[in-house]
Amino acid sequence: MPIGVKVLERPIEEVSYIRATLGGMKRTFLKLFDEKVTTQYPEEKESISRRWRGTHRMLTTEDGKAKCVGCGLCPTVCPANCIKLVPGEDEQGNRYPLVFEIDEFRCIFCGYCQEVCPEEAIHVGRHYENAEYSREGFVYDLERLMAQTHPVCEMWDPADPKGE
Amino acid sequence: MTHIAAMLQIAGPTTEPHFVVFLIATLVKMLAIFTVYMLSAALLTLAERKISAWMQDRHGPNRVGKGWLQPIADGVKNFVKEETYPDAANLPLFILAPVLSFIPALVTWAVIPFAAPWGSRWGIIEMVLAPLPIGYLFILALSSLGVYGIVLAGWSSNNKYALLGGLRSSAQMISYEIAMGMSTIPVLLLAGNVSLSKIVNQQAFETWNVLNLTVAFFIFMVAAFAETNRLPFDMPEAESELIAGYHSEYSAMKFSLFFIAEYCNMVTVSALMATLFFGGWDIPFTLWDNIAPHTAIKTILTLLMFALKTGAFIFVFMWIRWTIPRFRYDQVMSLGWKFMLPLALGYIVAVATTIVTLDSMGFARGSVPFHTGLILLNLAAVVILFQVLDRGRLITPAYSRLERRDLEKLRAVSTSSRNKLVSEVGD
Repeated sequence: MPIGVKVLERPIEEVSYIRATLGGMKRTFLKLFDEKVTTQYPEEKESISRRWRGTHRMLTTEDGKAKCVGCGLCPTVCPANCIKLVPGEDEQGNRYPLVFEIDEFRCIFCGYCQEVCPEEAIHVGRHYENAEYSREGFVYDLERLMAQTHPVCEMWDPADPKGE
Repeated sequence: MTHIAAMLQIAGPTTEPHFVVFLIATLVKMLAIFTVYMLSAALLTLAERKISAWMQDRHGPNRVGKGWLQPIADGVKNFVKEETYPDAANLPLFILAPVLSFIPALVTWAVIPFAAPWGSRWGIIEMVLAPLPIGYLFILALSSLGVYGIVLAGWSSNNKYALLGGLRSSAQMISYEIAMGMSTIPVLLLAGNVSLSKIVNQQAFETWNVLNLTVAFFIFMVAAFAETNRLPFDMPEAESELIAGYHSEYSAMKFSLFFIAEYCNMVTVSALMATLFFGGWDIPFTLWDNIAPHTAIKTILTLLMFALKTGAFIFVFMWIRWTIPRFRYDQVMSLGWKFMLPLALGYIVAVATTIVTLDSMGFARGSVPFHTGLILLNLAAVVILFQVLDRGRLITPAYSRLERRDLEKLRAVSTSSRNKLVSEVGD
């Protein structure tokens, strides 16, 4: 028992055991019939922000080639150093990526690559369901990045700061 | 007078079934009780999860067969899990303990009457496995055995938390057993018998004991919570203090057995509450179910009534579990010894005095003035009890003020020890 603790003389309504207990019982009983708030996850999904930054996606041109021109800006800006890019050039002098790999495990999903890309080729996506059987599965190559279909992130717009 | 006539009808000679019929009926009853009991224990795990979920605005398990097959999924999971045996455990007792905690709960059901007797073509078949004349004593004896399972589990695990849980459970169950036994003595006084069938009949023809003996019911219910180790008295488990208490070392089906035992205990105690205080299988406001002829339809209806009452108590168990937080250990002990036990003893004296007075005044048992007297006493007792409960500091709160005397004693101790230090070390 503590010494010299000030004990407030409170009215009976506040210190009553029985009333507090019955009040609690009533509350839990009424809760039985309340609306349930659980999201039934695989069937229904919470909507995510339009600025959600998830796993990447490479956009393509109309003839199905990657928009990337191999400029090397995204591996330069990437703070996590997770983008591997080997640029190549075809006979017409068009540059394209020979190797384009993103290690999604290293990625910190800052979205700088999307912001810096002059061709609007690489994007972070509005997507969060990632599962693989191996760590290697999380190194996405160019083919995989192009095959992704999820919507892409909309970057922050100063004119519309809340993304509405 | 009609009541007495009806009682005579019951007590009168009935056609005893032939021995073979008795044997077959007993075997069928055993099988039926065991099956229903195990199934209901399994379904209760689901009910508990569902009710807790609904009380917390969740859905609860709804994947395996819309949730209905969840107990089966749990069972399969527990069967295929690895059994771990701690190196330092006392293996024979470690394996025996779950069984010991589970069997007493199961055996108790042998003496609980669950429906009106069935007057079949082969004679009257009692709807109770073993109509023991000492039914209630049998239950008291067995319910004290339940503590062995938990204590042995705690001790044989050779784990400090398990041992603490076992110790706590032994202290708690022994303390509350006394209050529980004492609280039912008024019931036995009214029935004049310890056979559960007689207690049910007495309530059917007179009034339910809960109206006469509400205080006894209250004590019994609180003690039942402590006996089954359910919140708010789940001291032996106490996840936040003792990890999981006595079953922290158990895995797979042995762990599951403790769980089943807990639910079995809950069903048993609920059935006991229904039997002792809520008229057992009696259908309220009517007498036709209690008197001959005993038809099958009466048996089925009374069985449903009994299931309803038991189910209601099980719901109360779960409801309270998900409402009230756990008591502190010293509060549990002081509630048991300083409040429940004296209250139960005092109540026995009060009820016994009233019964003797009413008897000597010439009121017959079961007559209106007799029960009016009892109900008046009961009303007074309930009002006083709840006034005291509402105001008093029955269980010490954490913030209670120190008594003046104790404070001065403490100050004297600290002054003398300081003086001693000063004299030894110098200023």
